Amino acid sequence: MANITWKMEDGSEISADVNDGLNLMEAATSNNVPNIEGECGGCLSCATCHVFVDQDWFAKTGEIDDIEDTMLDMTDVERRDNSRLSCQITASPELEGLVLYVPEP
Amino acid sequence: MAETIVIVGAGQAAASFISRHTRLGSEAELHLIGEEPVPPYQRPPLSKNYLLGELERDRLFIRPPQWYAEQGITIDFGTRVESIERDTKQIRTQNGDIIAYDKLLLCTGSTARKLPASLGGDLPGVFTLRSLADVDTMAPEFRAGRKLLILGGGYIGLEAAASARKLGLNVTLLEMAERILQRVAAPETSDFIRKLHQSNGVEIRESAGMKQLCQSDGRVSGAEMEDGEEIPADLVLVGIGASANTELAEQAGLDCDNGIPVNNICQTCDPDIYAAGDCTSFIRNGRRVRLESVQNAVDQGNLVAQVLSGTDLQYDALPWFWSDQYDCKLQIAGLSTGYTSTVVRPGATHISQSTWYYADDRLIAVDAMNDTSAYAFGRKIIAADKHPSPEEVADPNTDLKALANELISELENPDPKL
Repeated sequence: MANITWKMEDGSEISADVNDGLNLMEAATSNNVPNIEGECGGCLSCATCHVFVDQDWFAKTGEIDDIEDTMLDMTDVERRDNSRLSCQITASPELEGLVLYVPEP
Repeated sequence: MAETIVIVGAGQAAASFISRHTRLGSEAELHLIGEEPVPPYQRPPLSKNYLLGELERDRLFIRPPQWYAEQGITIDFGTRVESIERDTKQIRTQNGDIIAYDKLLLCTGSTARKLPASLGGDLPGVFTLRSLADVDTMAPEFRAGRKLLILGGGYIGLEAAASARKLGLNVTLLEMAERILQRVAAPETSDFIRKLHQSNGVEIRESAGMKQLCQSDGRVSGAEMEDGEEIPADLVLVGIGASANTELAEQAGLDCDNGIPVNNICQTCDPDIYAAGDCTSFIRNGRRVRLESVQNAVDQGNLVAQVLSGTDLQYDALPWFWSDQYDCKLQIAGLSTGYTSTVVRPGATHISQSTWYYADDRLIAVDAMNDTSAYAFGRKIIAADKHPSPEEVADPNTDLKALANELISELENPDPKL
C-alpha cells in the first residue's frame, strides 16, 4: 500500500491509499481525479493519464520504456522531463507519499 | 427546479458523459438506467486479459460501483427501458415505472450478431462475446486441449483466438470473406495478422463457406462446411459483427438506419434526445459512419456533457482503436473507409510494420503493428490534416517524429506571405 497525492492546477488535491499492484491511472480514476481519463485501460494507446512526477520521486517511479516514451509525445499537454503515463507506474510501498501533478488541457 | 437528464444504457459512453457532467458542476439531476445488472465497465479487456483470468472483475469497472450514488445520481441497473414517450417526455421501464426527462441521452450500445437458430446458433456450447456476462459464461469452457471454432475473422474473433491459444485450446477460425479483417483493413494488414495467428498455431480458413453447426448429445459438436467437410469443435464463438441497438429509438419514431442518426452535437432529430457511443451514426468526412469503439463512446459522451452545459462545440474527434493479440500491439489512427491506395512502412524489427491509407493524396489512416511511433506520429499528422507523400512515410529512414513536427509547425506558423 502507498499513499498517493494528486495535485490539480487549481490547487485542489486528492490523496488515497492505493493497494500494491494497481497502476496509478486506475487509482486516479477510481478516486475521481479529474483529467486522468485512462481511455485505453492502460495499454499505451491513448496518453490520457499523463502526469508530472514530483522531481524528488521521479527515479522511484521506474524506467520509461520505448512505447511510453513515444506515447508521451502525443499528450494533450506537452511533455516535460518529469512526465509519465500513470498507467505505467505500479503502486508499491516504496511510493508511499508520492505526489503527482495533473496537467489540465 | 433542476433539469432531469435521463441516460438510457450504462456503458462507456454513459460513464464518460456522467464523469464530465459531474466535473462541470452542472445542477441537472441524472438518472442512469442500464439493462445489464452492473455499473459501466470496460469492454476491451473482456476478450483479452479478463478472459485469460489475468484481470480481476472489479478492475473492469470504469468508476467504483458506489461512485454513482456518491455523486447523487439515481441508478437503475438490471432494468430495461420499454418505451420512450416523446410527446410527454417520459420513459417507461420494464417494471412499469414512468420517469420524466427534460433531456434524454441514449447510450444503448450494440449487440453481437448471433448465428440464426436454424444454423445451430442456439446450441449449447455456442457463444457470442460482448458483455461481462457472456465472458463469465464462456470462460470456464476455455480449457486447455479443447477445440474452439471461431466464426468470423474480425477483431473479436482474432482477439479471442489469441486468448484461447494462450490458454492452450486448439483454435480454428473461419472467415466467410476472402480474408480476415476485410471490412476494416487493407490486405497488407490482414496478411500481417494472418501470419501472426498462424505462427501461434491458429488454423485460419478464409473464403470458408459454412453450411451449419452440427450437434451431438444436445450440444454443438462442430461445423459442416459447404463441401461436406466436418470441422469438429467442443465450443464455438460467433464473432460476426454487432448491430446498433436502435429498437427503442425506432419505436419512439426516430428514423434509424444502421444506428441512431445524430448531428455534430450528438443530437437526434428530436432536440431533447441525444445519443452517444456505438448506437449512433454520424457524418465524418462526408460519409455517415457508425463506430464501435471506446474512443467514440468516450468522446461523444464527453461532448454531450459539454453541449448540455452550454459549451459551443462540434464533434470532430479523430477515431482511433487498438487491439492486442499475443505480443502484437495493433494501434489504428483514423478511418480507412474509402481509401484508394496504401503504402507499407517496415518497422524496426521483423515483427513490426505499418500500413498507411491514402484517399488520393490525402493520408486518412494508419494501422501500426508493434510500431507505436507510426501510430503516435501518424495520428498527430492525420489530426493536423497534413498529408506527407506515400514515398516519404514508406521510407524507413524517414524519422516520423521529425516529420510530424515539421508538418505541424507549418500549421502553427503559416507562411507569412500567404
